Amino acid sequence: MEPRPRSFYALTAFFVLFVIFLYGPTITIAILSFQGPQGGLTFPMNGVSTYWFHNLFEQQAVGDIWGSFRRSFALGLMVMAATVVISVMAGLAFRKRFRGSAALFYLTIASLVIPSILVSLGVGLIFDRFGLKVHWATSGFGAQLTWTLPFGLLVMFAVFNRFNPSYEEAARDQGASAWQTFAHVVLPIIFPSVVGVALFGFSLSYDEFARTLLTAGSYNTLPLEIFGMTTNVTKPVIYALGTLTTAFSLLIIGVFLLAVWITARRRARRMASLAKAG
Amino acid sequence: MAVSRNLQGWLLAAPLTAVLAGFLVLPILTIFIVSFWQATEFSIIPAFSLENYQFLLTSPVTYQVFFKTFVYAALVWGLTLGIGFTVAYYLAFHIRSEATRMVLFLLCTIPFLTSNIIRMISWIPFLGRNGLANQALMSLGIVDAPVEWLLYSDFSVVLAFVHLNTLFMITPIFNTMMRIDRSLVEAARDNGASGRQILTHVIIPLSKPGIMIGTIFVLALVMGDFITVRFMSGSQSANVGRLISNDIALLQYPSASATSIVLLAVVLLIIGALMRFVNIRKEL
Repeated sequence: MEPRPRSFYALTAFFVLFVIFLYGPTITIAILSFQGPQGGLTFPMNGVSTYWFHNLFEQQAVGDIWGSFRRSFALGLMVMAATVVISVMAGLAFRKRFRGSAALFYLTIASLVIPSILVSLGVGLIFDRFGLKVHWATSGFGAQLTWTLPFGLLVMFAVFNRFNPSYEEAARDQGASAWQTFAHVVLPIIFPSVVGVALFGFSLSYDEFARTLLTAGSYNTLPLEIFGMTTNVTKPVIYALGTLTTAFSLLIIGVFLLAVWITARRRARRMASLAKAG
Repeated sequence: MAVSRNLQGWLLAAPLTAVLAGFLVLPILTIFIVSFWQATEFSIIPAFSLENYQFLLTSPVTYQVFFKTFVYAALVWGLTLGIGFTVAYYLAFHIRSEATRMVLFLLCTIPFLTSNIIRMISWIPFLGRNGLANQALMSLGIVDAPVEWLLYSDFSVVLAFVHLNTLFMITPIFNTMMRIDRSLVEAARDNGASGRQILTHVIIPLSKPGIMIGTIFVLALVMGDFITVRFMSGSQSANVGRLISNDIALLQYPSASATSIVLLAVVLLIIGALMRFVNIRKEL
């Protein structure tokens, strides 16, 4: 192998610094969430305890953390399911040009770049005008989809740009119906990316703030609840909450990555056994 | 044939179209209509009045706030581009194993899937009056008293923006770089190009589509933000998003709507201009 150029070491140092910059603050609050009962928001640690985590489970003076967590989790699953189905369908639609496809594409990009607060305000105004009550599962759900769907569609574009249509043609030549071709040929090939879209759908919804702000109604989602708490952060309890919700996000990411890894391995094994049998 | 092809496309795209029509187009139209309405302290009144726009466009606050928004956007764009390009370049051209590359890329991506608000809060123990940064500066004897402008200042706003949004530069630039034909780099080297020449004459020009997409993301996110500015400036700085959210808090929906329409026009003009330089669909 060629020796590494000197720039490699400088760039490695840069990358390491960047990763510290990315993760340093999160790790710091994870440590500080174990502050002793008398501890403050900054170092030094005033003893080590799980006091602030217990504090979270006790009745809070402000709001309803567990209720908001349950709502965010349910909403995340709803948004995830809708994002997967709608993005895959739209991804298939965009493989062929149809009348209005360019306009729809630009509209999807617009959905991504339009300031979130406008979606929040606009959806809130519509519900108000029609005398409907804003609720996280209706207006909040729709508003969040305007954020997750563009990401889902962009991933599907990336997938189908690299998709080899000869597999489908082969299936069709063997007499497979359109649905069979999709279910038995296309879907298994794009499956890892579909899992990625699902992860995006869930995580972006679970952490969404701006588009949910005016569309969640009287029952807060978790990010809204956390934001309510930040207006008077004086105790490490907010770090404990931050640490728990970050740990939960990481757990979800881990589960999804594991799912992709297992399917990839299973497929590799099946291919190997097919090759042996053949 | 053409009809059935259109029909199939329409049916498959119908759910996407319905969501965007109901929760994007209709809301924006509503904002546009309400921007001509009038408001009292308690309610909004349908009308056709240019008062909101008149007030907005003649108030010096508007121009200050828009100026501030552009300053944030420019600073964050420059920083995220510099960092994002360097990281993407390192991953794409200096990491030799495909597996390592994927792991390191994931390492950059994961924070994006955690809560932005928590990530902002995480800066408090670093930048606060008694935070790690001040403790370090004082123990090194660089300063005698805690530096006050580290947290709740324009500095912390820009820092948080960079922290939250650099990924949006890394991903598209990395994606474009991975598609650069490696034999072009080889050819340049065989012809005697130095590392720097390869970078400026081969890699940067071929990375332009990724840079454009990253720019679109970062500008849109920074210009439309209100929460980062509010939280990280301790409510001491304002950008256009905060102007809108303040009006909303005061139930001044017509005025918030007028500001929203002006912001939307500005953002779409800038993004529209950038979109002319790149074919997003082809670059994915």
